[in-house]
Amino acid sequence: MTDYTAYGVGDPVADTKAPDGPIAERWDRRRFEAKLVNPANRRKHTVIVVGTGLAGGAAGATLAEQGYRVVQFCYQDSPRRAHSIAAQGGINAAKNYRNDGDSVHRLFYDTVKGGDFRARESNVHRLAQISLQIIDQCVAQGVPFAREYGGLLDTRSFGGVQVSRTFYARGQTGQQLLLGAYQALSRQIDAGTVEMHPRTEMLDLVVVDGRARGVVARDLVTGRVDTYFADAVVLASGGYGNVFYLSTNAKNSNATAVWRAHRRGALFANPCFTQIHPTCIPRSGDHQSKLTLMSESLRNDGRIWVPVAKGDTRPPNEIPEDERDYYLERMYPSFGNLVPRDIASRAAKNVCDEGRGVGPGGQGVYLDFADAIRRMGRAAVDAKYGNLFEMYERITAEDPYQVPMRIYPAIHYTMGGLWVDYDLQTTVPGLFAIGEANFSDHGANRLGASALMQGLADGYFVLPATINDYLARHPHDEVLADHPAAVAVVAEVTARLDRLLAVDGDRTPDSFHRELGELLWDECGMARNEAGLRKALGRIPELREEFWRRVKVPGTGAELNQSLEKANRIVDYLELAELTCLDALHRTESCGGHFREESQTPDGEAARRDELFSYTAAWEFTGTGRPPVLHKEDLVFEHVHPTQRSYT
Amino acid sequence: MKFTLRVWRQRDAAAAGAMTTYEVDGVSADMSFLEMLDHLNERLILSGDTPVAFDHDCREGICGACGVVINGQAHGPERTTACQLHMRHFRDGDTIDVEPWRAEAFPVVRDLVVDRSAFDRVIASGGYVSVPTGSAPEAHATPVPKAAADLAFDHAACIGCGACVAACPNGSAMLFTAAKVVHLNALPQGAPERESRVLDMVDTMDAQGFGGCTNTGECATACPKGIPLSAIGTLNREYLRATVKGRGNRD
Amino acid sequence: MALATRTQHAQHPQHPPSLLGSLWRSTVGKKAVMAVTGLIMLAYLVAHMIGNLKIFFGPGEFDHYAHWLRTIGGPVLHYEWFLWILRVVLVAAVVLHGVAAYQLSRRDLAARPVKYARPRARTSYATRTMRWGGVILGLFVVWHILDLTTLTVNPNAQHGHPYANVVASFDRWYVAAFYIAAMLALGLHIRHGFWSAAQTLGANSPRRDRAFKAAANALAALLTVGFVSVPVAVLTGIVS
Ligand SMILES: Cc1cc2nc3c(=O)[nH]c(=O)nc-3n(C[C@H](O)[C@H](O)[C@H](O)COP(=O)(O)OP(=O)(O)OC[C@H]3O[C@@H](n4cnc5c(N)ncnc54)[C@H](O)[C@@H]3O)c2cc1C
Ligand code: HEM
Ligand code: HEM
Ligand code: SF4
Ligand code: F3S
Ligand code: FES
Repeated sequence: MTDYTAYGVGDPVADTKAPDGPIAERWDRRRFEAKLVNPANRRKHTVIVVGTGLAGGAAGATLAEQGYRVVQFCYQDSPRRAHSIAAQGGINAAKNYRNDGDSVHRLFYDTVKGGDFRARESNVHRLAQISLQIIDQCVAQGVPFAREYGGLLDTRSFGGVQVSRTFYARGQTGQQLLLGAYQALSRQIDAGTVEMHPRTEMLDLVVVDGRARGVVARDLVTGRVDTYFADAVVLASGGYGNVFYLSTNAKNSNATAVWRAHRRGALFANPCFTQIHPTCIPRSGDHQSKLTLMSESLRNDGRIWVPVAKGDTRPPNEIPEDERDYYLERMYPSFGNLVPRDIASRAAKNVCDEGRGVGPGGQGVYLDFADAIRRMGRAAVDAKYGNLFEMYERITAEDPYQVPMRIYPAIHYTMGGLWVDYDLQTTVPGLFAIGEANFSDHGANRLGASALMQGLADGYFVLPATINDYLARHPHDEVLADHPAAVAVVAEVTARLDRLLAVDGDRTPDSFHRELGELLWDECGMARNEAGLRKALGRIPELREEFWRRVKVPGTGAELNQSLEKANRIVDYLELAELTCLDALHRTESCGGHFREESQTPDGEAARRDELFSYTAAWEFTGTGRPPVLHKEDLVFEHVHPTQRSYT
Repeated sequence: MKFTLRVWRQRDAAAAGAMTTYEVDGVSADMSFLEMLDHLNERLILSGDTPVAFDHDCREGICGACGVVINGQAHGPERTTACQLHMRHFRDGDTIDVEPWRAEAFPVVRDLVVDRSAFDRVIASGGYVSVPTGSAPEAHATPVPKAAADLAFDHAACIGCGACVAACPNGSAMLFTAAKVVHLNALPQGAPERESRVLDMVDTMDAQGFGGCTNTGECATACPKGIPLSAIGTLNREYLRATVKGRGNRD
Repeated sequence: MALATRTQHAQHPQHPPSLLGSLWRSTVGKKAVMAVTGLIMLAYLVAHMIGNLKIFFGPGEFDHYAHWLRTIGGPVLHYEWFLWILRVVLVAAVVLHGVAAYQLSRRDLAARPVKYARPRARTSYATRTMRWGGVILGLFVVWHILDLTTLTVNPNAQHGHPYANVVASFDRWYVAAFYIAAMLALGLHIRHGFWSAAQTLGANSPRRDRAFKAAANALAALLTVGFVSVPVAVLTGIVS
């Protein structure tokens, strides 16, 4: 077998769509240069949208409003349940309502810097510009954002930035934004302009004559596998964090849509850029099925510590002050408990690896509010964090007023995704990717409250403007259902499902997913090193082979079969995991969410290596388990000059 | 912990179903109810049985996908979603009945999975503000009094789980529909469609086969998001107001 | 332009039906009809109960009151016209209330065809007895009119002597028992019904909720005690 790590290097990729000229005018220029489709002809064009999250929901509604025929899919029973609904914190916009010095340029600057200089300037600037319109749009839809007594919108500061630009709706911003998009989409469904297929999972992409022309999808209730044709396909299927098994993503979030597209020719960019969130509730045992995020704001008043001694099993309240290690305050005296997400996460992992972790399995650190309660009084703590404390207590049955909380980092977001150009088009013509499914705007690290902004920017404003250009250039022509390309894809999809059902082995699908997730978490999680990555790359093909030999999928394909759905997704994870590790192995620098132990400053900080890695790594698929081909997109920084960050 | 589960098993919408008894052992008090079902399913798969189908996704109590009737109570004994209900709220050795939402408008799809698409149709008939993308005015053009914004939020918190319908002796969707009507009608942005919204949504609600409301209040007791019963009173008021005032506004 | 911004609803008739017609079409509207008719009946009953209590002041006063009922509105209205107007309104109310109750109940039962394996009785008694309580009340009203208005089932009665007729009727213990049972049903019906009507008509609000519940309880108690006092008085010989 060929060595998967012996990847080839292909031609560089370039973003040919972004106009040059002054950065603030590029988006206007692109929109002006883009061809338009005559409104009378739009009805003749069909666009498939996979996903109904913020990105997909917004895109489906907007395209339908423009007059296109939209065929849309989601695997949930209703478009309203997409994973975006779980986002808590808020959404950024450079409205500068506070008059605190915010501006489009500052949001642009913060995002490029926050992404550790691995994002495209043109895209990020556009994002910052559009952020203004997003808030207008959502408010008009009736999204109940938090308001002040004067009736104007309230904002807060989030994620270590110095301006207050985060709009929020209590702790349920994602829910409210998604419901806004869902309602707009519902209106189009009722008008007959969107044909909605809930409980239908896209299992493959149909490419005809080099262009994306449809998808093959399975009706999850009847098991029917059908082909749907269109003039363009938009993937808004979300991120791939669940490749780690335990993550804060919804249980059924999956990478199938993007991975299948990758297999059909779309380049996959920066898969190793995964984000870890430092304040999640730790797992309570092997039964744990997913992890729950708690707002980072807790770190404003809580103090993080572990026992000084290894294996100290005393209850926290019996550990005297001088036997506690407030390690963040010790290591980062100026920022203390408020160091950025990745630093806080890695430090927690390190103390747990030393054997000083607390709680079940030693995978947790204390987040202690005793001082805050003493200082501010219980009522003030309650007013600020009451709902979070309640949520924590519901899950753990421990009262954070009495016993310190336990927290641990968890996979939260994936910056990597399908490579797209300025138009959000992948390398397969006619195939677009929006929202978390693409890699576009966050570089190596996403700032808090920026994912919602990006999803909605893509869905409401960018894609509906750029897709016109593609549709206008490609006259509408029909693909027939018996086109050999489509028939072949259906055959492949069915064969794969049949094969899964036929194995009839002795392990459950979940047991493989857990094993894969643990391997990835250990070797390609918060900190990565060459030996670990090589180990993982050795183990994944074995696991894949074992999967196909030993998995047991009960039932048939012609019914609601949740085990089959899971197993089918795991097949894709088993391949995506491999690419993720390879990407992490090849990038021998640390940047953003990607920390290579070999590349750190003497005081343990991430060390970027701009001279070698100031590029996006876009990978081309060549076959399962076969070395992929790397295409580099060089990143140019004209407006924000790369600097090394420091928090000590 | 150990439990005797009596679970509703039904192969598909057309098949007859029945309660089937399973013994589950090795349950941890920290498991959520759904994790307990996962645990049962892992065993069922290995023993060659068909696992129990149930809806779920976020497992954080926000997506509204999960929902089963546990011992006759929608989402079980605590006021939360099934995914956020933990086994510590049961006594070791208990017998637990697990059933799907029961309502004519929510046909069973399989086992504990039901079809709640009727809710989507209720929303699609008027649960929105007609504001095509790009046509919105500047967000601060219309201030919204904080009280109105808070009221709107309290009702916008509905997760569309369907527990209200499952708990209502009449299989009524009044609480769900009311939550959306109150949310949008409380805001100035929702005002232009105030009458048509409520009339259309109630029409659709009726057409989907939900029962009427006899003000029994079970829905609000079961609602994991605390949508108050007063929402139904407001819906009624809005409906009557619209019937008297706004009949001409519909076409 | 092919902008799809409006949705058209097929179920909307081009010309809106009458107010009552459009109310009658929906569950919410039909329920409002029930509430209004229920409140009309309730108002009648309050007056009726007060009138009935005159029985404690002896035959003269009670019979005079019954006579006065027939002359209300005079001389503008002819003898018994007011009473007939009232009767028409009441019959319309009972019929609309009953038909709506029947139709909605059928719909409600059809909307929840399968019961849970382990049912949970948590709703208040008054809530759960609305349907049966209503039926009992309906039967009671029929009986009651045959008994005291047409005197068909009251063998010892004579027209024009309501006091004696009441006594004659309640002197039979089983009749009195039936009346008392019906009055308890009435109390329960009103206990839920009054608050429910407030909710149905949108008059309720979180702030007023407690007041409406208290009023419902008070009204139910008042009517039950007031009505029950008459047969009890006859049985115990206080009124004879
Ligand atoms: C707990 C949590 C909190 C967060 N908080 C914030 C925050 O405060 N601020 C912020 O900016 N970001 C936050 N994020 C990140 C943000 O929520 C997500 O990045 C964003 O919502 C992704 O939106 P999306 O539209 O791209 O995809 P998703 O919302 O994930 O939607 C994916 C859609 O695709 C469908 N789909 C997927 N695969 C298929 C398939 N094969 N076939 C058919 N349909 C498919 C799904 O059904 C779904 O409809 C948070 C994330 C998490 C996990
Ligand atoms: C013909 C016999 C009657 C029947 C079959 C009947 C039945 C019902 C039913 C089924 C309800 C609905 C319960 C609910 O929605 O909670 C109801 C409500 C009500 N009934 Fe009756 N009832 C009858 C007579 C009466 C009488 C005599 C009165 C007068 C006191 C009355 C007053 C009310 C009121 C006020 C309501 C509340 C309406 C609402 O909920 O909006 N009913 N009745
Ligand atoms: C113990 C309690 C009651 C007593 C003693 C009583 C007595 C009477 C009497 C004497 C009459 C005849 C009046 C007349 O013709 O002059 C009458 C009529 C009537 N009563 Fe009652 N009543 C009682 C309770 C009720 C209740 C509970 C109801 C309704 C739920 C009711 C409804 C009516 C109606 C509808 C009429 C007919 C009115 C008419 O058309 O003349 N009564 N009652
Ligand atoms: S009103 Fe409550 S119970 Fe009903 S769907 Fe909404 S959240 Fe669920
Ligand atoms: S339980 Fe049902 S009867 Fe009305 S108050 Fe709730 S919808
Ligand atoms: S799984 Fe999302 S609410 Fe329970």
